[in-house]
Amino acid sequence: MPVTVKTFTNTHDAAAALSSDRSARYLGGGTLVMRALNEGDISISTVVRASDHAMTRIDASGSRITLGAGVTFARILAERDLGFLHAPARSIGGPAVRNMGTVGGNLFAPVPYGDFTVAMLALDAVVSVQGGLGGREISIDEFLQTRDRQTGVLVLAISFARPGSTDAFRYRKIARIKPKGGAVITLAAHLPVNGSRIVGARIALGSMAPTPIRARAAERTLEGRALDASTISAAAAAAVEGTTPGDNALASAWYRREIVGVHLRRLLSGQE
Amino acid sequence: MLELRKDLFADERDDNLKEIGKGTQRQDMLGHVTGTSPYFDDHKLQGMLHLKVVRSAHSHARLRRIDTSEAERSQGVRRVIRASDVPRNLNTLLSLINFGKDDEPSLAVDKVRYKGEPIVAIVADSPREAYEAIAKVKIDYEVLPAVFDVEDALKPGAPVVNEVYPKNTFTYHETYDRQQLRFGDADRALATADHVLEQRYQMSPIEHAPTETNGSIAAPDTNGRYIVYTSTQALFFSVDTCAKILDVPSNTFHFIGGTVGGGFGGKVDTLTEPLCILGAMLTGRPVRYVFGREEEMQYGPPRGAERIYIKDGVMRDGRVVARKVRAYFDSGAYTRLSSYAAVKCAAHLPGPYTIPNVHGDVYCVFTNRTPATAMRGFGVTAMDFAIECQMDKLAHLVGMDPMEFRILNAYRDGDMKAHRREAKNTALIECVQVAAEKAKWPLREDFKRMSSRKDGGGARAAVTPTPRETHAPIAAATQQRTTYDRAPAATREPPPPPPSSPPPPPRPSAPSHGATRFSSVFGTRRR
Amino acid sequence: MAKTALQFQHNGRDVAIFVDGGTNLLVALRELIGDMTPKFGCGQGGCGTCSVLIDGELHLSCLTLAETVAGRSVETLDGIKDGPNLHPLQRAFADNFAAQCGYCTPGMLMAAKALLDRNPQPSRAEVIEAISGNICRCTGYEPIINAVLAAASGGRARA
Repeated sequence: MPVTVKTFTNTHDAAAALSSDRSARYLGGGTLVMRALNEGDISISTVVRASDHAMTRIDASGSRITLGAGVTFARILAERDLGFLHAPARSIGGPAVRNMGTVGGNLFAPVPYGDFTVAMLALDAVVSVQGGLGGREISIDEFLQTRDRQTGVLVLAISFARPGSTDAFRYRKIARIKPKGGAVITLAAHLPVNGSRIVGARIALGSMAPTPIRARAAERTLEGRALDASTISAAAAAAVEGTTPGDNALASAWYRREIVGVHLRRLLSGQE
Repeated sequence: MLELRKDLFADERDDNLKEIGKGTQRQDMLGHVTGTSPYFDDHKLQGMLHLKVVRSAHSHARLRRIDTSEAERSQGVRRVIRASDVPRNLNTLLSLINFGKDDEPSLAVDKVRYKGEPIVAIVADSPREAYEAIAKVKIDYEVLPAVFDVEDALKPGAPVVNEVYPKNTFTYHETYDRQQLRFGDADRALATADHVLEQRYQMSPIEHAPTETNGSIAAPDTNGRYIVYTSTQALFFSVDTCAKILDVPSNTFHFIGGTVGGGFGGKVDTLTEPLCILGAMLTGRPVRYVFGREEEMQYGPPRGAERIYIKDGVMRDGRVVARKVRAYFDSGAYTRLSSYAAVKCAAHLPGPYTIPNVHGDVYCVFTNRTPATAMRGFGVTAMDFAIECQMDKLAHLVGMDPMEFRILNAYRDGDMKAHRREAKNTALIECVQVAAEKAKWPLREDFKRMSSRKDGGGARAAVTPTPRETHAPIAAATQQRTTYDRAPAATREPPPPPPSSPPPPPRPSAPSHGATRFSSVFGTRRR
Repeated sequence: MAKTALQFQHNGRDVAIFVDGGTNLLVALRELIGDMTPKFGCGQGGCGTCSVLIDGELHLSCLTLAETVAGRSVETLDGIKDGPNLHPLQRAFADNFAAQCGYCTPGMLMAAKALLDRNPQPSRAEVIEAISGNICRCTGYEPIINAVLAAASGGRARA
């Protein structure tokens, strides 16, 4: 069957088209869907697009930030209010990929891609989706756990609370090629501080499982503690717990397990 | 920055270099910067069809049944090409220079020997329709045990990868399972050396990753000829290979190439042209066969893997007195060019050093991996990596500076090389001295004064007595010709006599003259 | 196969073509318009040799659904010369030996143009960042970086 392209002006119709056709994929920036078509993926025979402006809106004025699913990484880099997200946005692709790739598409990017989603997971984001029957909001944890089943829904936006301080959000991508390359591993941490103690720490890891995952054991070692040397050591030692990395051309599973604690230590101690 | 050290060997050279050291513009630069250089894929032909291949899902399997009936009925399909459609479906690249036996089909017949081996080709109106038809080809595989390691492949009872070479090694001169170098008595020297160091080195396959993937476009021309635009690095080689496989005179083809989007050795295998031309012959239409990036990375031939064992004997004063090398080239499932790489490797032993006892065994081994091919110095690259790692370790072992250790052991003019040729025009000592100077690496005065032209020859020119090995001649592999090979059975020639030790060529007495020191690889043209 | 009518500006000239569903911009430019300057290298966004400017922004034509450029302006290497005169970047690439096999060159030039159009006096680090999505397997990048810097310091790169 040849490929059919369906373009809708509103997200409701696009979501209906997406949910009613198993061979349909939503086209965001093209870096996943067009790639699949170029490589001969015949499971896709309908491409759905939506030209709704809401999909590309950025609301970064208040304490709650909302990014439309169609917002590109280049636009995040152009937004001064989103300075804390510049590191993850800049770590993706070269300039052309950043001009094309979107926040929504990144949620579906397989290993070794999907770096921005690691940042979103650390920030406890909420994903707004539109299904065939209506809209709803899903925590990013749940979204990623059920990602294989989410291709039939339309992601509208992603929202999250602005970190309390510039020091509270940290991000680190380990790549073999600089400045651009697929991730060996990716780390992001949100470390809210109450007094001098960490409350509600979230640590997210990319390329340590088929989807970005939380390092929950490491998070527990931080909870209620000051970020001192012994706490950092405990977190680093626990980083690998619960991870299931795979082998690929960039690194072996063994190597990923060996380095994840090293890089979590550097992330938490603020080393370059 | 380029720096010419004209102070070195100045008396051996007329200083009349006209090009070296000066920038000269490439003749194709204007085409490159304007995007008008004609690569093979830049030809838009009326009614062009697209060819894609069905590739093996297994590394080693018997093909029980191939059902293409549904694919043939698939929308947009013009032709399904099967192994029986290929006129001479068995070839080896170097058969053009009478080296090696035909061992590789264009489309697999009864067996697949590596994951990704082409089995069926689909010619369709669009790439999408070709992909859809590929999904409809049904192949019944009987999966066979596979071997992926060169040493495992040589063990008794290992799966036979390629029936043309039942011992999983390439056969040299119809007799020998390896390239062999014997000079002096390495075992005896090892027994009396102050230190012995044995190490294992290996290198993984390396993909060339050219920015332009392998591909070609073939179109019927007038007078029964075919015009072929190709990415090949070896145009005339490719013409003759296609003529052989398609069983037509080579003047059937008008090959156009020369503008290659990066090759590095990965575009010498004539991977796409035969099926592409066959597609044009069978449909009467222009046909385009281009690798996707995943095909190029997964199934395009890489620089082959190598495993190397080196055992060296070294004296306390730093002289390497024995070097024993065992090397395995992973050719993958078919020969391509690895047989030649092993010859080059043996010719390179023991590296640029004067060692009186050298023992080398170099094997070209078949495994169920992607066939390997040429890449930038193949045959020598991994061996040099191993030898130079070994030299560093030996220097450490005897407590010497690694640069001085190399200067001490470097061959000099007049020395006898392990191949029983006199070393001439040597320059390694000067290379190391200049490298040390550039790196501000301190060398002792006596090592700074050493020269490739001093203190060579004499005792260093001697051929150490070499014990003759008595080994039963290895039975030549039976000529396994299968029904799909229409070539007449080759007449068997008696194996050549075992190589004897030729006397060193007489040293010419004529004074050195001209720029010959750096000029040539041929001994007869030197000095 | 159903075809869709598509109009856009190609190097300043209006063009109209019919595309099959799912056709990418690279195929549309090469096979339907005949502009062979953007190249196919990977179809995955990994090599950058298909780079073009869409409304002045650097994009990968192989990952761009052709229909999405309707009404927009697409600029390729074929459009950057001024009549018979090379663009300063093209001249700088030639003068600095910044091409060997030439296959990455169209993408490199478009990435460099996207940079200089926005930032006529970039630093070396900015040049490296700007071409970081483009793979060259021959030159080792240094001549390319030098060429972009030379074009910039010549002050002749047009805005």
